[in-house]
This record gives sequence, C-alpha cells and structure tokens, in this order.
Amino acid sequence: MSTVYEPSAAPAATARAFLEVRDLRIHFPTDDGLVRSVDGLDFTLERGQTLGIVGESGSGKSVTSLGILGLHHRKNSRMSGEIWLDGRELVGADPDDVRRLRGRAMAMIFQDPLSSMHPFYTIGAQIIEAYRIHNAVSKRVARKHAIDMLGRVGIPTPDKRVDDYPHQFSGGMRQRAMIAMALSCDPELLIADEPTTALDVTVQAQILDLLRDLQQEFNSAIIMITHDLGVVAELSDRIMVMYGGRSIEQGTVEELFHSPQHPYTWGLLGSMPRLDRDRTDRLMPVKGSPPSLINLPSGCAFHPRCPHAQGPGSPCTTVRPELVATAAHSGHRVACHLSPEQRLDIWENQIRPNL
Amino acid sequence: MSSTPLLEVTGLQKHFPVHAGLLRRQVAAVKAVDGVSFSVAKGETLGLVGESGCGKTTTGRMIMRLLDPTAGSITFEGREISRLSQGRMRPLRRDIQMIFQDPYSSLNPRKTVGSIVGAPFHLQDIKTEHGVKRAVQELLELVGLNPEHYNRYPHEFSGGQRQRIGIARTLALKPKLIVADEPVSALDVSIQAQVVNLLEDLQNELGLTYVVIAHDLSVVRHISDRVAVMYLGRMVEIADQADLYTRPQHPYTKALLSAVPVPDPAARKERERIRLTGDVPSPLNPPPGCPFHPRCWKAQPKCATEVPVLSERTPGRSVACHFPED
Repeated sequence: MSTVYEPSAAPAATARAFLEVRDLRIHFPTDDGLVRSVDGLDFTLERGQTLGIVGESGSGKSVTSLGILGLHHRKNSRMSGEIWLDGRELVGADPDDVRRLRGRAMAMIFQDPLSSMHPFYTIGAQIIEAYRIHNAVSKRVARKHAIDMLGRVGIPTPDKRVDDYPHQFSGGMRQRAMIAMALSCDPELLIADEPTTALDVTVQAQILDLLRDLQQEFNSAIIMITHDLGVVAELSDRIMVMYGGRSIEQGTVEELFHSPQHPYTWGLLGSMPRLDRDRTDRLMPVKGSPPSLINLPSGCAFHPRCPHAQGPGSPCTTVRPELVATAAHSGHRVACHLSPEQRLDIWENQIRPNL
Repeated sequence: MSSTPLLEVTGLQKHFPVHAGLLRRQVAAVKAVDGVSFSVAKGETLGLVGESGCGKTTTGRMIMRLLDPTAGSITFEGREISRLSQGRMRPLRRDIQMIFQDPYSSLNPRKTVGSIVGAPFHLQDIKTEHGVKRAVQELLELVGLNPEHYNRYPHEFSGGQRQRIGIARTLALKPKLIVADEPVSALDVSIQAQVVNLLEDLQNELGLTYVVIAHDLSVVRHISDRVAVMYLGRMVEIADQADLYTRPQHPYTKALLSAVPVPDPAARKERERIRLTGDVPSPLNPPPGCPFHPRCWKAQPKCATEVPVLSERTPGRSVACHFPED
C-alpha cells in the first residue's frame, strides 16, 4: 500500500535534516502571466551527502538553487514555503541575515566560470574579497588562504597564478578557481549548478573527482544540478527528478537507475545513448517538448508527453498526482497515477529490455 | 565501401597567423589543423571527436570552404575543391551543406520560417515544380514540423524545433554531403534524442552522407559508422565505430572514453578510470614530437622527439602512436 507523503507529519518526530525544503513555491509575475517556476517542492539533504537534481531546461532546477541562496529579487518574485538550513529558516528571514550566511554557510559554483567571474579583478582578489567579508583577517592572511585554496583545488604554482586574471586561465582552471572561491569560507552547503557542462570530458572527470575529494575532506552537503544523468550517477547519493517546477521522483541513486518508476524518468534514460551498453538502433526520446510554466497542463503536467497516460477524463488529465512513497517507509517517492503494479510491469517488460 | 569516396581530405592544414609589432609582422602561427587526412564514402557517417581547441570545427569549416586551407587538398566526388574561387565554388554549395550548433544564432530573427527555409532556392535560382512555398512546406513536414507554421518567426519555436528548421534549410537543395557541427549539443537530453533519430531517418530516406563534429562521445558512437579522434590539430586515431569504442588503440582515445561518466551507479566503483592531468597544450606552441606526450602515461623518450605518423595497423584502422595499445 502506498501512503501519501505529508511533509508536516513525517519529520516531526526526528530532528530536522541539515537542509530541509518544504512546499517551496517561487513564482514570477510577468506581462504574459504568472510563471510558476517552482511549485510545491519538498526535499531534504544531510551533511556529507550529495543530492543530484535532474531535469530539462525550464524544469525549475536553477530557480530552486537560487531560491535557497536567497538570490531572487523580492520585488519581482514571490516566494513561499520553508527552507531550513541547519535549524534556521531562510524564506522569511531578513535579507541581511541571509546575506551573512551566503558565502559562509552556503556557496554556489556557477555553470559558466567565464561570465561569473569579474574580468577586471585578479582571481586572487576575488577569492580574498569573499574570504574577508566573512572573516576579520588581514589582507596578507587572506592572500595566503587564497593561495592555499588554489593549491587545494589543483592549480599548479598557486602563488603565481593567484595574481592572474580570469582570461589567463583555461576553462577547467577557471572552474577550479570558482570552486576554490566557493570553498574559501568552508561552507556547509555547496550548490553546483551545471558545474561541468561547459567543459570537455577529460576536464569534467577531473572536476568531478575534485568535488568528491573535497566533499570527503570538508563533509559538506552538495546539491548537484545537471541534465547529464551520467554526471549524477557518478557523484550523487540521492536524486530528485524535476518536471514543470515539481519533483516527480526522488530516491537513492540505485533506486532511480535500477528501478525508476516515473514515465518521465524512463524517457530520460531512454533518450541518452550510452557507452556502457551495446549500441541500440534507435533512441527512445520523450515526444513533444517541455511545457510552458505559465500554462501548465492540467492534472499531471507530464500527461501530454506521457506514452502511458490514460485518455481524457482520467485522473492523468484532471488530478495532479502527489509525491507518494513507493513502499511504506521507503525514501523512494514518485508522483504518478499509474498503480505500482502497472509501473513495475511496464518497467520490467517494456522499458528495461530496450534500454 | 565504394571505390571512389565522396569526400577525401589529404594533409589538410590551417594555420592562423599571429601578428605583432608596429609593422604587424607575422611572429607565429596557431596551428589549428596540422595535417589531417581522411575519406568519407557515400552514405556513410564519419564522426569527428576531440576536446575543444583540437581543430574539429576548423576542419569542418574548411570542408565547407568557409575557411581557406593553408595547405592540403579536399576532393569532393573526385574533384579538387580546396583552391576553387568563390564563384566556381558556388554551384557546388548545393551539394555540401552545413548544420550549425546553435539554433538561436543561426536563424535570422527578422525572417519568417518560410523565407529562411526558402532562401536556398532563391540563392541558387532553382525552379520548383509547385512553387517555393509548396517546397518549403514539404521540407517542414519532412523534419517533423507543422507546415502551417510557414509564416512564423524563429522566436516562436523551442530550441529543438529551431534545430529542425535549420535542418530543413540544409536539406532544401538535396545536398549529398552534410557537415553537422555539434548538431545536438545545445539541446535538452530528450530533444537531443529526437534530433538524432531525425538525422538517422533522413539519412536512410535520402541517402545522405554526414560528417558529424561533436564532443559528446556517446552521441557520436550512436550516429557514426566510423569515428576519427583529433588532438591538437592532428588525427590520432580513425577506425570503425565498434572497433574504436571497444578496443581503443591510442592512449588518448582510451583516456577520453574512460572519462565519459556512465549512468550506472553500480559501475562507478569498478570502472577503470584514466585520469589525465593538465590541460590541452596551446596550439600556438605545441609540444615537440607526439602532441599528446606531456599528458600520456606511456610516453617514452622517443615520443618527445619524433612525431608519430598516422599509419594503418589493420584494414580500416589507423593510429598515430609509437606504442599503441592492443
């Protein structure tokens, strides 16, 4: 039997998780209508763990991460719900308090290090600035710290490179410098938004190794946002799949890859050519394109693209499915109207053999 | 494979001069492509892979004659085209077409889909049987778009649909060879698969020949018959898709393949990974000998002095390495 997951009931008995997001909604009013980028999102993350967030562009991955950091302008966005970081609530908090946490308690690695670093200041100056905002230290100490951090992320001759400008670094080195900057205040939560998308595979492998090593060293919690399922499989402990601003499936990395339950997750797995399998004749893409966040389809947002959706009038088109645990006390939760038996049958007999 | 290949490239080079000083004298050259040779048979797909800066895009642009080669020859259907003037090249353009990477910047935002896809007919002065509009609508249907969207503008379409518009324009003149430069890398995973399937269907239907340039090794494996790996302006290995991916012989190919993340959490512990250190050297000042030797774990003193030549080890399989894997 499946039980409806109630965010308020389940974690009350235990202590709050390190990061807990409850019913997070981030909406942007625009001339065309209200854009519901994130619409009711729940997840938790413990220290030392990595959560992978996967989804197509426009599914709300980046908006979520910017929301956790408090980087949405309050004038042009509406945010509701709760974000608990280490016992502090962030959505209703004073922006100045959130600002003091940003950089120290939580930091971000952006996708494109060329546009997220200031071209006018040296790499060192930018790391020193971040460090001195949160720590009352002299410039000399901060500089030593910056050199130390650059060395830690594997930049050769850091005492010389610290005075270089971003354009003097290659793409991979810039991303390392970005990581050094994010880690300079020893944050407990690190959000990496597509950290390797702009990089070549060999450099990507280096950066993923680096993140893994640094996580063991600093015991920080990492949120890894990406559209590359290979990258999340390499690094994550848990995975959340997002579609149309909501989480449609959550579980451990093994559950998501070995017994996924949502038709969209099947679609993502079928879309990608894989090097670890024999070559297939045809890929099995998800038909159609991602929905508009202004005018989401009724019922399950995925139903117009879902090959297993029932016709008009069925719950698929009228009732929005809730995120439900696949088994009692299971962390694997899925939002789909198909019965667990149907899902298991489709996965075992139609999807898995063709992957 | 047929006797005469559709496209044959031999010793292709492109050096971009670097000027400095008051007199703007040439002080150095960026050797973007430094002696690349390959051939593509009719109906075949050749994948061109490598890291950024390895010269794969420059090679593609030279085949298109968007860049003039410094040296070497390009033979298309037995005809040398690398020295043809722009005017002599023009009639050939209908046979060689290109698919661009970024569907956002490769379509003119001020033109309708109809005039974008119909432009090749006007440029080449081609009379169509039932008028250009009809021909364009047939093309739109061929690539899976609604023909009624003839009068819409590019911004009204999603990324995947725009890429389809670009493909429709490419197909307008029924080309024989299509050079696709990163055709899917700007698209979402699920849309990527749709476009890859479309390219394969079109190839079967129209008998097209593709040169696909991409950095995504799994997409290249899926779409290609043969794969060529480039490093720092040179070709390091070229082989059949199945051979290359199962038994890579050049250390660089091996490292490249082992770096691809595998979407299987069970495999992440067992997998043998080769960690390459450092970055690709600058093509302005490539290392002597084998360009890969500073990053290669098998490098011997010989590798630093002698440039390995691309030689055929077994039929259809060439490797440029002094100590290839077996």
